[in-house]
Amino acid sequence: MGEFKVQKSIEEINERIRRGEAVVVTAEEMVRIVKEVGPVEAAREVDVVTTGTFSPMCSSGAFINFGHPVPTIKAYRVWLNGVPAYAGLAAVDIYIGATEPVEDDPLNKVFPGEFRYGGGHVIHDLVAGKKVHLRAIAYGTHCYPRKEYETEITLKDLPYAVLCNPRNAYQNYNCAINLSERTLYTYMGILRPHAGNANYATAGQLSPLLKDPYLKTIGIGTRIFLGGAKGYVIYAGTQHNMNVKRTDKGVPFTPAATLMVLGNLKEMDPRWIVGTSHLGYGCSMAVGLGIPIPILNEEVARYAGLSDEEIFTQIVDYAYDYPNGIKRNYGVVSYAELKSGKIKVLDKEVPTVPLSSYVRAREIAEILKGWIKRGEMLLTEPVAPIPGAELFPFRPRKQ
Amino acid sequence: MYKKGLVLRFPAEVVDQPIVWRLVKDFDLSFNILKATILPGKEGIMVMELSGHPKKVSQGLEYLRNLGVEVKSIGQEIYRKEEVCIHCGSCTAVCPTGALAVSRPSMEVVFEPERCSACGLCVTACVVRAMEVHLEREAL
Ligand code: SF4
Ligand code: SF4
Repeated sequence: MGEFKVQKSIEEINERIRRGEAVVVTAEEMVRIVKEVGPVEAAREVDVVTTGTFSPMCSSGAFINFGHPVPTIKAYRVWLNGVPAYAGLAAVDIYIGATEPVEDDPLNKVFPGEFRYGGGHVIHDLVAGKKVHLRAIAYGTHCYPRKEYETEITLKDLPYAVLCNPRNAYQNYNCAINLSERTLYTYMGILRPHAGNANYATAGQLSPLLKDPYLKTIGIGTRIFLGGAKGYVIYAGTQHNMNVKRTDKGVPFTPAATLMVLGNLKEMDPRWIVGTSHLGYGCSMAVGLGIPIPILNEEVARYAGLSDEEIFTQIVDYAYDYPNGIKRNYGVVSYAELKSGKIKVLDKEVPTVPLSSYVRAREIAEILKGWIKRGEMLLTEPVAPIPGAELFPFRPRKQ
Repeated sequence: MYKKGLVLRFPAEVVDQPIVWRLVKDFDLSFNILKATILPGKEGIMVMELSGHPKKVSQGLEYLRNLGVEVKSIGQEIYRKEEVCIHCGSCTAVCPTGALAVSRPSMEVVFEPERCSACGLCVTACVVRAMEVHLEREAL
């Protein structure tokens, strides 16, 4: 370290934000800036780059404490609008997971199932200010005698509600095709037979972890945009993996790092927390997430300026290979190719289908940019790196 | 939810049978009767909306036809709830006519009703259920 031409600290950047002088651009704008003036000049000019993603993100959910009724209850099983919540935490603490279907859902009995309502929809309804029906049953104890409880809850009246997503912001994801004879209904969307379409699920050059591929600025404690409010990175997410094959520019070819994130549900906006239904697969929740990247030096600038042409993913067959755990791919494509609408797979032209909203990802990057420019959000120095990552020093070394 | 608008013509022999009830019970469908009359010849006519799983809807229609009920669909149009659509693009995997398509470079998902064949595939393919079936008003 210490070999950088430009070196800034988070504190210096925050000082500029406080004075309203910080130069904040979105990741899309940074792509153009780095192309035009190069990473060193870009690092001199730009203080913060904002990213964004809005996509169904399984492994999301909320911790809720619903408060004690009188007489008190030690809830044993709990349902929110008929969707089971996990009650094995404490007397009135529950966790509602995004992919839990409503209890009497016909699931895939008549295939493909529609999965119209689930945990993600409950969380959206709460955030939208709607009343949600809570039912709890218990076995009764001396301290908590009640055996049944039914009530209507609203987010504003809940004593505590926190969104806590064990795995979000996947750094890169597969491009899915189907080489079988029949239509497949997957978490990667509907895949028509004989590679009829190729589905992909990240925002490419706007996607948070693709713009800091080694997690050199994003760490435990980083303040982010989460569901329309300010939230935090609290740890690595499940399935987090830094040990992957990368391009010569450092970007993983495959799914790699993930984040566990947390934020106050009460401050969130229903536009950015939306229940989703995936035909034949299940329900989930689209989560809006954006991370600001402090441009500490030219290396951070170079990463943040990576374009869709420089970010790649592999094409994976979801008919045979994926369900059987076979590590094989049918080539590598750039996000620029994916976004063009057509790619070549096995010498055939295949239309591409995005599953992640690029329009909304851009909107998040813009909102985050506004917050920082107006001084409504300052950047944070992580308290520790994400496992497997190494943070850049946040203070310039004095010579 | 998948929905179909239908005009059913019941022959006199079956008019008094609990056919609609069987649709609900055996095929897990729900219905909304928009009009029902018994003609002087004792033939019944019913205009209804039938909704449920697409497979069950077609099985239910099969059941009706086997009873000698004449089944005609009412024209329907597909409508997008703009405030619900998140512009993800998932629906473009199934739209056969290109009525739902990604516009480049903005990556917005545009819906052109003129190109829509009302096949209904997008209704359950849309992850946030932004696409809806509306019956053509003049048919009622
Ligand atoms: S109804 Fe069919 S043709 Fe019309 S938009 Fe939906 S999928 Fe496309
Ligand atoms: S799948 Fe639904 S939300 Fe996504 S673009 Fe199509 S209509 Fe909009």
